[in-house]
Amino acid sequence: MRLTRWLVPTLYIVFLLLPIYWLVNMSFKTTNEILGGFSPWPKNFTIDSYVEILTNPVWYNGYISSISYVLINTVISVAFALPAAYAFSRYRFLGDKHLFFWLLTNRMAPPAVFALPFYQLYSAVGLFDTPWAVALAHCLFNIPLAVWILEGFMSGVPKEIDETAYIDGYSFPRFFVRIFMPLIASGIGVTAFFCFMFSWVELLLAKTLTSVAAKPIAAVMTRTASTSGYELGLLAAAGVLTIIPGAIVIWFVRNFIAKGFALGRV
Amino acid sequence: MTKTWNNRAWFLVLPVLLLVAFNAIIPLMTVVNYSVQETFGNNLFFFEGVKWYEDVLTSDRFHASLFRQFLFTGIILLIEVPLGVAIALTMPRSGPWVSVCLVLMALPLLIPWNVVGAMWNIMALPDIGLLGYGLNALGIPYNFTRQPISAWFTVVLMDVWHWTSLVVLLAYAGLRSIPEAYYQAAKIDGASRWSVFRYIQLPKMNRVLTIAVLLRFMDSFMIYTEPFVLTGGGPGNATTFLSIDLVKAALGEFNLGIAAAMSIIYFLMTLLVSWIFYTLMTRGEDQ
Repeated sequence: MRLTRWLVPTLYIVFLLLPIYWLVNMSFKTTNEILGGFSPWPKNFTIDSYVEILTNPVWYNGYISSISYVLINTVISVAFALPAAYAFSRYRFLGDKHLFFWLLTNRMAPPAVFALPFYQLYSAVGLFDTPWAVALAHCLFNIPLAVWILEGFMSGVPKEIDETAYIDGYSFPRFFVRIFMPLIASGIGVTAFFCFMFSWVELLLAKTLTSVAAKPIAAVMTRTASTSGYELGLLAAAGVLTIIPGAIVIWFVRNFIAKGFALGRV
Repeated sequence: MTKTWNNRAWFLVLPVLLLVAFNAIIPLMTVVNYSVQETFGNNLFFFEGVKWYEDVLTSDRFHASLFRQFLFTGIILLIEVPLGVAIALTMPRSGPWVSVCLVLMALPLLIPWNVVGAMWNIMALPDIGLLGYGLNALGIPYNFTRQPISAWFTVVLMDVWHWTSLVVLLAYAGLRSIPEAYYQAAKIDGASRWSVFRYIQLPKMNRVLTIAVLLRFMDSFMIYTEPFVLTGGGPGNATTFLSIDLVKAALGEFNLGIAAAMSIIYFLMTLLVSWIFYTLMTRGEDQ
């Protein structure tokens, strides 16, 4: 019994880390060594792939545009979702349940359905190939998610706090910013993390809505993979660099991740 | 919590409504529009009625990718949910290892989906990948670009690697909300390990597991990037799921009518199943 307690999680974590190890392993090999055959660790250790990515503008601009649309999207999603989530958690109003379900349906819509119409829509309004197009398009699934998670966290705050504040003469905006937002600070942090995450990992829409100027790193990678054949070392190094931002932010929200996935209501 | 009736709350919801409507309703109208028309280029459109829907619903190609989609979603749900619960049950409940476990387990969730595909592609290459080389060295013939079975095995294994942690995190959060007193009471009653699981832990995880199944259903039903990067839908059409087929029709072949009708059918299917889940979830809340 004591042994299985250790064994199962350990084996699972080893299983999770193996492909990541393999990616890191590839990223430090030379192209010749990769194509030369199987080897469990790099024999001619090289950081050329990383140097190439960090000095070639085609590569590092990919990271810059990815990070810029992810940040824009996170800010918009959280800012818009905050008042809406408050309304859903505190009030009943005409059509509230239908509206909430309609919002959720957008989280359920397959992005593939929207790829072509989004391309036409964002070309028509002149945002095609800008970070704004991707940031706004990702709102389709991130805003419903943000409303859902924030509503869960807000429902955990007793309503008496709102009422006391109004009796004390607080106006709604002042109460919301000064009293309510600090109370759900962890919820806001978790929501921001989730918006960051889902925008960061999405590729289909990001690739469809950009061509040259705002091309995300994921799209730069698929192009390398398909056009120049086997640049596996470069591809692996680029992959490793996309894991790092996630690994950093995850540390800050580690105790709330599960609560976020449970939409704020464990 | 009792909520007060207040129709002015609409003003708080309005910004979200407008932004999401811009993103959802205009594109959806476009798709509906295409799905009932025929075009011969030059922006000439002719009304076609439900012809495209008939074409899609009777085509073998659609049936095949729909079948593959349900098979895939079924397999991964059957593996990931029990496995995730089992791992959550064996995780330490307190101590310094909890944070380490949580962070390492959440790591796959934060990797861009195309990188997940590329990573498993490198891992599975028959000549230089750890998995591919290893299996072949053990005498198991394995080549995911040639054999449909190998391709399916790799795609399923990749999804298990990618998403089981989601179930683990949710189940673990549900387990942690059980007060220690429950376990002590069970111990005094001499309850077996199985009855503790069946009558204490499982009921407490009910809600989070519903969310886990809902999220896993939705996301696996829309899966596109990972199998596209890993296998490109091949060998042949062996791993062409609904989204891959749809993108192929819309952006690859520019079969607008077919693609649009397929989109609507696809969307309505996801909606129906999700609505069933949602009703089940919210029914629990009202009680």
